[in-house]
Amino acid sequence: MKLNGGQALIKSLEAEGVDVVFGLPGGAILPVYDPLLDSPIRHILVRHEQGAGHMAEGYAHVTGRPGVAMVTSGPGATNIVTPLLDAYMDSVPMVCITGQVARPSIGTDAFQEADITGITQAITKHNFLVQSAQDIPLVVREAFHIATTGRPGPVLIDLPKDLVDANNPASAMEWAWPSDADVAAELPGYKPNTKGHPLKIREAAEMILAARRPVIYAGGGILKARAAAELRELAELCDIHVITTLMARGAFPDSHPLALGMPGMHGTYTSVMSMQKTDLLIALGTRFDDRVTGKVSGFAPDAKVIHVDIDPAELGKVRQPDVPIVGDCRQVIGELVHVLRELIAQGTEAADRSAWRSTISGWQERYPIAYEPHVEGDALKPQAVIEQLHAAAPEGTILASGVGQHQMWCSQYWRYEEPYTWVNSGGAGTMGFAVPAAIGAKVGRPDRTVWAVDGDGCFQMTAQELVTASTEHIPVKIAILNNGYLGMVRQWQEMFYDERYSEVYLSLDVPDYVKWAEAMGCVGIRVESPEEVAPAIDKANEIDDRPVVVEFRTDDREKVFPMVPGGKANDEIVVPPFQRSEEI
Amino acid sequence: MSARRLHTLSVLVENRSGVLARVAGLFARRGYNIESLAVAPTDDESLSRITVVVDVELTPIEQMVKQLNKLINVVKITELDPRDSIQRELCIVTVAVDRDRRNEVLELAQIFEARILAVAHTSMVVSLEGEPDKIDDFEELVRPFGIIEMQRTGRIALAKLERSTSRVRHLNKAKAS
Repeated sequence: MKLNGGQALIKSLEAEGVDVVFGLPGGAILPVYDPLLDSPIRHILVRHEQGAGHMAEGYAHVTGRPGVAMVTSGPGATNIVTPLLDAYMDSVPMVCITGQVARPSIGTDAFQEADITGITQAITKHNFLVQSAQDIPLVVREAFHIATTGRPGPVLIDLPKDLVDANNPASAMEWAWPSDADVAAELPGYKPNTKGHPLKIREAAEMILAARRPVIYAGGGILKARAAAELRELAELCDIHVITTLMARGAFPDSHPLALGMPGMHGTYTSVMSMQKTDLLIALGTRFDDRVTGKVSGFAPDAKVIHVDIDPAELGKVRQPDVPIVGDCRQVIGELVHVLRELIAQGTEAADRSAWRSTISGWQERYPIAYEPHVEGDALKPQAVIEQLHAAAPEGTILASGVGQHQMWCSQYWRYEEPYTWVNSGGAGTMGFAVPAAIGAKVGRPDRTVWAVDGDGCFQMTAQELVTASTEHIPVKIAILNNGYLGMVRQWQEMFYDERYSEVYLSLDVPDYVKWAEAMGCVGIRVESPEEVAPAIDKANEIDDRPVVVEFRTDDREKVFPMVPGGKANDEIVVPPFQRSEEI
Repeated sequence: MSARRLHTLSVLVENRSGVLARVAGLFARRGYNIESLAVAPTDDESLSRITVVVDVELTPIEQMVKQLNKLINVVKITELDPRDSIQRELCIVTVAVDRDRRNEVLELAQIFEARILAVAHTSMVVSLEGEPDKIDDFEELVRPFGIIEMQRTGRIALAKLERSTSRVRHLNKAKAS
């Protein structure tokens, strides 16, 4: 079958099972948008290319399928650089298609030309500059294969206009869908290792049974590998507490008696201290991020480390493991559980951990995640707003957040009971992530209620995508915690810069979020007093035909606790003032 | 030179556009200077071998090798220890030398088994192949004459043959005696 490159691209996306593309057309990508008209693929027309990228990420987070974004060359392509970084840092499977100027114009500073493969080399898992229309199906297959296997990540395909333009002879191609063997032959250097080494797995199992103070440190890799069930089996079999990183919230139910919550800079006291005091840290699909370890030399000083990750480069990057295991978390944990059962059946007993359990429950009782109650006349407590949002949320609600104080409170005060219900920007810390990511999540899971909790600073970065949500009938719900400040920056300036507030106040009243929401086709609600909170949330939950924006006026003095100050060891954790006493 | 931690990496890559930039970029982004670099296709024309000598000061070489391995177009990486590898480099040098002292340069060339490629009234072009140290030495000795231009290829390297070869030799010797 004779096709042109543009038709071949769309047909390739269909063959990959793509049901939705987030994008915005422009000159160089125009020829691809023509055959899109005849395709069953749904296209979501965004208002800014950054929105397309984060929507693709949100879609991927909740479905596990790669998100697809398509934009034009030059500024269209550079506008999607931030989402590519975000997806790279958080290992989100994503395929981004960028238009490029025609090959004879490449390198001539042509209109809307940018060297996007050069620009994104360091922030994509791989990228392609397509050289021939005939290569398009193979490149698309390779891109999806690379994005979704091994450690997932973003892959960019840069597509010169002459290869897709029906009027250009260079766009002619003969359609053929490549086989698995064709793909493998094209990628001689890409063979992710998924199966853990059996001897190492046995060694890990023996260490787990012998440990007196073990703790599981579960990362985003658990979710990427779809290993939540295996994780739970391991924890329950060996009665070991589970810490879930910011990227792993939902990988283990918060209501489970073995759940300890988030570690790190704003983690629970119990998570942070159990890492500091453990004798065996079982790190699963996680990368010892600096926000988790604090000062590395002071991190988990007494611990032996078992480290399972599909990316060999993570093993020993930050902390040298005693037992390194390269492999897919689902396979390795499954195998580990199998070996543990064997050892237990053969009569190996787990070490006595009663003292450790009582230490942990002591920490949990003494230092729960908590905030001081609301005082009459004060602005709303942001933590209380999140608790109330959670209490009223239908089962299975997906929560997206931006980056900053509100994100930490979302991790601390929302309860995550199932995987893939939490969408956030971890490694990159991309402000403005929430609104587009929530839209992408809702497109991927239209059956679920999707709430975004956003800060006022974040909201102003990408709010225009609510126009997209309105016109495309994607009824997401946005809760803005408006304290008028860049809250996390304010917190640092208060605590570490002698309360010298530099360029951190935005404004409480400008913009008028209700009017702005209405202008974008959403319902806008403002909440200022505690009595209004629950009714506003109920009203928002009832609306299902358009997006809703609820602005909560929150207390700007509220800070995120606990906190391990930047660059300090985790032992120097700071609890909220009302929990402090000479006993600490 | 010995105080620095120079590593010779032999990187087998797919022979396609942009691959060298990816490999070089990985070092550049961490602020490491590439000491020398040689690239050419192997006997299999779909693959190229990059021999790169780098001083990775702050990152352990294992981590750099793992990061290189993450590049999709990288097929295989070997770190070559000078003791276990054969390393060669080619250099061409134009030496400023007039008739009176030409013999001195010819003498050096003879000692180093260098070849004279061209001779003019006041200069000559010499080429030399060998281990990088040998080329350093030659450079040092011709410098007093005046080096007009010099170009080194950067080293290429392959692993030495298995020890079995020398063992075989020992066995043969034993048999002979």
